[in-house]
Amino acid sequence: MATAIDVKPETVTLNNDEILRYSRHLIMPEVGMEGQLKLKAAKVLCVGAGGLGSPLALYLGAAGVGTLGIVDFDVVDFTNLQRQIIHTTADVGRKKLDSAAEKIKAINPFVNIRKIDTRLSSENALELFKEFDIIADGTDNFPTRYLTNDACVLSGKPNVYASIFRFEGQASVFATKDGPCYRCLYPEPPPPGLVPSCAEGGVLGILPGLLGVIQATEVIKLILKTGDPLIGRLLLVDALGMKFRELKLRKNPDCPVCGKNPTIKELIDYNEFCGIRGEEMPVETTNADISVEELKRRLDAGDDLFVLDVREPHEYQICNINGHLIPLGDLPKRVNELDPNKEIVAHCRSGARSAKAADFLRNAGFHNVHNLAGGILAWADRIDPKMAKY
Amino acid sequence: MTKIHIPTPLRQYTGKQAAVEVKASNIGEALSGLVTSHPDLRRHLYTDEGKLRAFVNVYLNDEDVRYLQKEATSVSDGDNISIVPSIAGGR
Repeated sequence: MATAIDVKPETVTLNNDEILRYSRHLIMPEVGMEGQLKLKAAKVLCVGAGGLGSPLALYLGAAGVGTLGIVDFDVVDFTNLQRQIIHTTADVGRKKLDSAAEKIKAINPFVNIRKIDTRLSSENALELFKEFDIIADGTDNFPTRYLTNDACVLSGKPNVYASIFRFEGQASVFATKDGPCYRCLYPEPPPPGLVPSCAEGGVLGILPGLLGVIQATEVIKLILKTGDPLIGRLLLVDALGMKFRELKLRKNPDCPVCGKNPTIKELIDYNEFCGIRGEEMPVETTNADISVEELKRRLDAGDDLFVLDVREPHEYQICNINGHLIPLGDLPKRVNELDPNKEIVAHCRSGARSAKAADFLRNAGFHNVHNLAGGILAWADRIDPKMAKY
Repeated sequence: MTKIHIPTPLRQYTGKQAAVEVKASNIGEALSGLVTSHPDLRRHLYTDEGKLRAFVNVYLNDEDVRYLQKEATSVSDGDNISIVPSIAGGR
């Protein structure tokens, strides 16, 4: 098994409190004192303290990984709590970094936690990765996935990977010395808008737990140099069918970053590479947008506006402003329900899908289409505080 | 019949079916049979020029067809084809 991990167990020792704490590891020959010292000497970077990052960081901390870095820039909100089990209700509004560090410390005070309060970028990734042995990718968007992968390949650090969508997850170990990387599997990202993010598509709260624990297991195995890591294998997890399947991954000799003649030798602009998408990218406001205040004023004035809701029916049940419901995906085949001569205001949850709907309608010959800036969430915030938000 | 496994993000285009059975002698035929019976799926699997999209991986059993004979890879009864698109969620 070829991996780049070479921790130095001789540089650390365990005191009696630590020996007692790790006793169930120490009595197993696969870990033992030598393995536990390797764990203590290891430096693991968790990218993101969210759904995957929560169980990942908790278990790595509990297991005795000596140095645990966490990169995150986000603040805990109520919608995180359904799955991000490192954060509690009392943490809402706090930095995820502070909340996560506190929980790990509470479980294991012997862990050295490095809080890295930034968004991972092409400017800081290589410098940051240098200080760690293994990178665990728990991010949530394509630009950061490609950035993490390329930075791992360029700095020679294994990328312990998992991603999730609704009831389904994928996990693998990329960018080891002889193994494939994320780009060998997916040379290009999907075009913007084709694959929904978790914020758009939803995710079963337990799923990041399942996948994050698989990531943690792989991290530990890489450090201990034991077992069969997920190198060259993609594990597919289907929580609905509770089926685990495995696909073979090969190192692509033509891979632009880890192939024989790489064309990517430094980090690039990943937003541009991915056509700028992902829930973290703010939706640009254009002059074809309408504010919730303006919409309210014009509806109250009795203007003849057609409100088009492009969310899904189950979202409409949570809250609505009496719009005509046509989910974005159905718009092409149901466009004949709309009158091109009417002034149309399209809205969704936060404004991203309705921006696509408005573009589609304009291209289809509708001349008077607005996108409701901020979507129904902005309406709930600024017009109708009694409305349920999700 | 050959079974094509449909991943969650694409099930909205197959009437929520997790797997679709097709009669085909190779991967290309199987996928074209799939998009013929589920036309909404076409733009998610193929480019406007009719090429398989780069971010959609197609596996025959546990092998990537890119390392077999791509769309000409022959399939037989009882084979499993999987469509494995990239997903990015994690938070």
